[in-house]
Amino acid sequence: MTDLVEIRDLAVTFATDAGPVRAVDGVSLAVHPGEVLAIVGESGSGKTVTAKSILGLLPETATVRGAVVLRNKDGGEADVAQLSGARLRQVRGRDAAMVFQEPSTALNPVYTVGWQIAEGLRAHGRLSKKEARAQAIDILRRVGIPDPETRVDHYPHQFSGGQKQRIVIAQALALDPGIIVADEPTTALDVTVQAEILDLLRRCRDEFGAAVVLITHNMGVVADLADRVAVMYQGELVEQAPVRELFESPQEAYTQQLLAAVPRIGEGLARAEVRAARRPEDWDEQEPLVSATDLRIVYPGRFRQPDFVAVDGVSFAIKPGEVLGLVGESGSGKTTIGRAMAGLTRVSGGSLSVLGVEMNGARERRIRPIRSRVGFVFQDPATSFNPLLTIAQCVAEPLVVHGRAESSDDARARVDELLEAVQLPRSYGDRFPHELSGGQRQRASLARALALDPELLIADEPTSALDVSVQARVLDLFDELHRELGFAALFISHDLAVVDMLADRIAVLHRGKLVEEGTGEQVLGNPQDPYTRRLLASLPVPDPVEQAARRAQWQAEAS
Amino acid sequence: MAATASSPRASRWTRLPVIAQLRQSVGLQRGMLVTGLVLTAIFVLTAILAPVLAPYGFSQLRGPDGAFGAQQPPSAEHWLGTTQGGYDVLSRLIWGSRTALLVIIVAVVASILVGVTLGLISGYFGGWLDRTLVVIADAIYAFPSLLLAIVLAIVISGGQSSMWGGILAAALSITVIFIPQYLRVTRAEVIRIKSEAFVESARVIGAGHARIMTRHVLRNSTRTLPLILTLNASEAILTLAGLGFLGFGIEPTAAAEWGYDLNKAVSDVTSGIWWTSVFPGTAIVLVVLGLTLVGESLNDLADPRLRKRAAGAEPVEDLGVDPAVPGAAATPETTKEAAR
Repeated sequence: MTDLVEIRDLAVTFATDAGPVRAVDGVSLAVHPGEVLAIVGESGSGKTVTAKSILGLLPETATVRGAVVLRNKDGGEADVAQLSGARLRQVRGRDAAMVFQEPSTALNPVYTVGWQIAEGLRAHGRLSKKEARAQAIDILRRVGIPDPETRVDHYPHQFSGGQKQRIVIAQALALDPGIIVADEPTTALDVTVQAEILDLLRRCRDEFGAAVVLITHNMGVVADLADRVAVMYQGELVEQAPVRELFESPQEAYTQQLLAAVPRIGEGLARAEVRAARRPEDWDEQEPLVSATDLRIVYPGRFRQPDFVAVDGVSFAIKPGEVLGLVGESGSGKTTIGRAMAGLTRVSGGSLSVLGVEMNGARERRIRPIRSRVGFVFQDPATSFNPLLTIAQCVAEPLVVHGRAESSDDARARVDELLEAVQLPRSYGDRFPHELSGGQRQRASLARALALDPELLIADEPTSALDVSVQARVLDLFDELHRELGFAALFISHDLAVVDMLADRIAVLHRGKLVEEGTGEQVLGNPQDPYTRRLLASLPVPDPVEQAARRAQWQAEAS
Repeated sequence: MAATASSPRASRWTRLPVIAQLRQSVGLQRGMLVTGLVLTAIFVLTAILAPVLAPYGFSQLRGPDGAFGAQQPPSAEHWLGTTQGGYDVLSRLIWGSRTALLVIIVAVVASILVGVTLGLISGYFGGWLDRTLVVIADAIYAFPSLLLAIVLAIVISGGQSSMWGGILAAALSITVIFIPQYLRVTRAEVIRIKSEAFVESARVIGAGHARIMTRHVLRNSTRTLPLILTLNASEAILTLAGLGFLGFGIEPTAAAEWGYDLNKAVSDVTSGIWWTSVFPGTAIVLVVLGLTLVGESLNDLADPRLRKRAAGAEPVEDLGVDPAVPGAAATPETTKEAAR
């Protein structure tokens, strides 16, 4: 059989304010019928641009060279790079379809999902409203939406995130295209939902016979779903291999590095043991720095809507020098707990004592004295720096605010020290935040949080906005600094493997309730709560052989 | 004005607001911007050089050879003729630009100072203060602006007709109309910035409200102001001319004012005397056009989606920065610096 898509020597250049930028440089790829091809790479590697060129979805500012030949099921072929207007529209949806990253923005909120599916159908054939609706219902049933006859008339906001992604996939499948391009289809979803969507994409291949081009940065997803993998780096294709071959014996240095950087569960055990051994003997009796009892945080509802209980009766304690990992899916209340500890969110009930100050009902004036003893690392390094201040000024800010230095120039010596501690060159202090990469910015953010030698550090998903290899370096740095400075920390993450690497103890949150707490060994090795077990089972392992076995087990448990 | 935020190593003048945009623009957008800038520059230069350029004073009625005479057609002595009151049209045209510029400056500076301060406080603290200020701003919006200006002109000038009295009356009445705009825009930006992570990080550090407001919020929320500023400047001229036309402007003996001249020219139009009305009218149109063109093109250039870019030939080797980051470098110089 011939290839469905043949990309030959594709080069894409974007015109930007800073002059033309080459996003993809001489990539040649082929997609075989009925396979899942994963395009892997870090942000900026050109993987999305390559995939979008299959549908001719590049913006006006892009200049495309090379050929993207798309063959449809009847054997016709077209070079998408040359097509425009009506011809291009004909190809889209019928020959190739797209599944977007964020299902909540890919669906139009003012139309019913049935209408949106029918729109694609009617653009490509003369169908009556009734026929289109019948087809929409049929396709919704096939992607696993329960009760499609009534759900077809519902609006996107009436579906959950996972269901919305199912509908987006249904939309893509509606015209039975030969190829589906899925751009990070599970990145916006929780782990347990991710497993279901991956399953559905697998069914797209098996039942609908569509080839899937999967764009992702998550090696676990690749191991779970892909048949063949193409690794991209800085706009170029680095390596192409069947999935097992790639994971077993990666040929290129970059691929090896990428695979080595992926955190795996079980790696943190040794580190936790080393840390435990170094603690003083009376550590068990020491007063905890943070203790929460029956902590309850409620966001008041608006206009006749009930209040939203974000955190419901959570109790935990963090002792000096201890790292508590807080894991949970989105909406589990993990970030809320971190923010409450920093005094950014009001505590509604129970007790939360941070460094001896009771946060329930505390006023800003009483919280301020402990601010110098608490550091906070934010999730997104891109937004947590004032864009108009240099890195040195940003890092010096806590020193100036707490009167340790007159001005940011005065604090420069200490700032240089801090930058060196987080392995950034001193000269970076004179740069502005946008001139640093994500990982560098997050290290600067760590420097700022540590500027006042805090006893407690709160890190709210510090690596979730970073690429895998950068994440590995930031996590190593965190571990190293923790060993040197000995602060206690609350480490919040949705990724079990990341938390496992750093945390002494792990607490699992589910819908505002603490379902399980214990050492990494206890929680990950022998989970007691069914939710923790489900969380662990749905986490894809970056190893295709092991993942296949786990998947079989997971499916057996589910049925 | 992202460019102002970038590296200090970039040459200073290319980072100035308007110049940075001029370097960025291409094609039709550049044409619009250049036209606007040229018109505005002519206007400003005329205003500054009025004493040198104008052949006569704005209230001069007689030359060395006696009175000018009323409603004289254009001639070698009076290039654009004379008005009904016997003034030289060209001189009043040139002096009028000075009045217009002063009114714009006073009106815009005053409304920015008050509007931005109120917007900052209102957006940052929120609560009842915010609600009150917004309701007042909305109430001012609801008034016909010219009517409000007339009332204020009467209140402020109290019937006086000195130059500064007239200018201040016109400028401050315009100010009152503009304050709600600056308040609204600043408040919206402040509310957006307030929830940004870097403001929260300042709170976590323990910075006080005053420090957060001035150091972190204010400077980040002023990037749209130059756009409203230029658009408001043209609106200010229209309001000033409107006031003058309706007879609430500045007396001819105090300063030259285009709206007043237009008002006096109304009766001339029917008797075939065209020069008294056409020239002040054209002056108003051109200045408003110039300022609006500058404002509109700045507006388009500030939005990456509307901004046209030159079709690129060869890519930059190593970009080194993420152009998608808000506040990222806008000029090629700064990015090259960063890549090093």
